Amino acid sequence: MKTQKFSALALLRRAWSRHQSWQPQWRKAAPKPAYDAVIVGGGGHGLGAAYYLAREHGLHNIAVLEKGWIGGGNTGRNTTIIRSNYLFKESAALYDHSVKLWESLSQVLNYNVMFSARGVMMLAHTVHDIQVVKRHVHANRCNGVDNEWLEPEQAKEFCPPLNIGNNIRYPVLGAALQRRGGTARHDAVAWGYARAADALGVDIIENCEVTGIRRDAGGAVTAVETSRGLIQTPKVGVSAAGHTSVVMGLAGVKVPLESYPLQALVSEPIKPIFPCVVMSNTIHAYISQSDKGELVIGAGTDAYTSYTQRGALHINTHTLDAICELFPTFRRMRMLRNWGGIVDVTPDRSPIIAKTPVKGLYVNCGWGTGGFKATPGAAHLFAWTIARDEPHPLNAPFTIERFRDGYLIDEAAAAAVAH
Amino acid sequence: MLIIVCPYCGKRPEIEFSYGGEAHLTRPVQPLTLGDEAWAEFLYMRKNTKGVYAERWRHARGCGKFFNAVRDTTTDHFLSTYRAGDAGPAP
Repeated sequence: MKTQKFSALALLRRAWSRHQSWQPQWRKAAPKPAYDAVIVGGGGHGLGAAYYLAREHGLHNIAVLEKGWIGGGNTGRNTTIIRSNYLFKESAALYDHSVKLWESLSQVLNYNVMFSARGVMMLAHTVHDIQVVKRHVHANRCNGVDNEWLEPEQAKEFCPPLNIGNNIRYPVLGAALQRRGGTARHDAVAWGYARAADALGVDIIENCEVTGIRRDAGGAVTAVETSRGLIQTPKVGVSAAGHTSVVMGLAGVKVPLESYPLQALVSEPIKPIFPCVVMSNTIHAYISQSDKGELVIGAGTDAYTSYTQRGALHINTHTLDAICELFPTFRRMRMLRNWGGIVDVTPDRSPIIAKTPVKGLYVNCGWGTGGFKATPGAAHLFAWTIARDEPHPLNAPFTIERFRDGYLIDEAAAAAVAH
Repeated sequence: MLIIVCPYCGKRPEIEFSYGGEAHLTRPVQPLTLGDEAWAEFLYMRKNTKGVYAERWRHARGCGKFFNAVRDTTTDHFLSTYRAGDAGPAP
C-alpha cells in the first residue's frame, strides 16, 4: 500500500469525490514471528524511534508494540508545551536538538503537527526567582539556546491577559521568554510518526501488551512474550513512560524511577485571547490556548506514586487558584474536563536514553512531567542508540549508570513539575 | 482526595499528610565500606510497584509522626496503615 501524500492539491482532488477515497493512514498490522527490533510503547517517543530506525538506520523489519491504542498514553494527555531552556549544557543540547527537529517536523513527515513557536514565558515572583530565572537566561545563552529577560511591563506587552499589578499574593516581578518555544498538536505527532513509520514498512501493533522478555544463556535478549504471542527479536527498545519500571522488571533490570499521576485540564473553548505559553514554577501554573480555543492548563503531580491515571481535585484547584490570580479575566470560565497520566520521574529530573546492563535491551524513560517537548529529539537519539548499540554524543550523559557514578544532571529547578 | 488512616489520629484527609516514598528501606550498616553500586541502589533505586506497595507517610499537618501504609497502586485503595517500626507485609 502506497501512502497518500497530503497536499492542498490532494485535498482539492478528493473534494471532487466527496472525500471518499482517503485511505487509512497506517495498516492494522498483526505481529510477525520475528523482527530485527521491537519498540515497546506506541507513544510519540516509540513511534518516532521506529520511524528514525527505518529512515536513518535502514531497519525496516521492526515493530512497535502498544498495549492500548497509539498515542493513548501520555502523548495524548500532556499540555503540548515545547521549550529547551534547561540549565545544564547536557540538557540544553538534548532539548534544543528536539526543538530544531520540531521546526521542520511537519514538512519532514508530510503531516501537519501544528508546531507553533508562539513563545514560552516563565514568570518570576520573588527575589530568589529573579536570580534563578536570570541565571537560567544567561546559562541558556551561553549554551546557544535563545532566552531573554523581560521586565513586568514587557511581559504584559507580550501576553496582554497577564496581571502584573500588586494585588496578588506573589506579584509578577519579571519573566524569561524563549521565543522559539511553543506548542504542537499532540495527537498529530503520534499519527504523523505512525503514518511515516508505516510507509517505511514498520508494523504498528496495537492491543499487544508485553508480558515477558526472554533472554539466552549469555543474558542477551532473544524474544518478547506478548498478549498476541511470542515475537523473536535481538533488540528491544523500551519507551513505556510510566510503566517503564514494570516492563524493565520483566528483564530483571532496575531503573531509578517513580511513577506519579500528573493532571491537566481544559476549559470551554473561547475566541483567541492567549498568544503564548505562560508558566510559573513558584505558584505553579501553566497555561496556553489550543487552536480549538480551549485553555490548556497543566496541574501538578500528586504526592504519591500510582498507576491509576487519575489524581486528586485539590491538585487542580491549587493550579486554578494561581491561574485566577495571574489572569483575572479567566475567573468565571468553566473547565470542561480533566484527566491524569502516569509519569516516570528520575531522582535528578533528567531522562535516561541508554543501553542497559542487558545486551539487546535499550531504554528511553524518565521524562517525568515533560516528555512531549522531547519527542522528536528523544526518538531520534533512541533510534541511533538502538541501531548502533552505542549512544549518540547528545544522549551519552543520560545513562542509568550516572546514578552510580555521581554524574547527575540536576534539572529540578528547570523542570520543577511545571513542564 | 485520599482518606488516610493515621495509626495515631485516625481517619484524615490526604492534605494533612506528606508522602515519604517506599517503606522499609534500611540504611547501610557499614556506609564506609559500601560500594558505588550499593549506594546507588540504596539512594535511587525504588521498586515502584504496580500493585500492592508498602510506603511511608507522615501526618505532617497533624501529629507529625511517620508511619507506614500498604496501598494498591492500581486503585489507590489503602489495605492497611501501621506504626513505623512494625513489620511490613510479607513480600
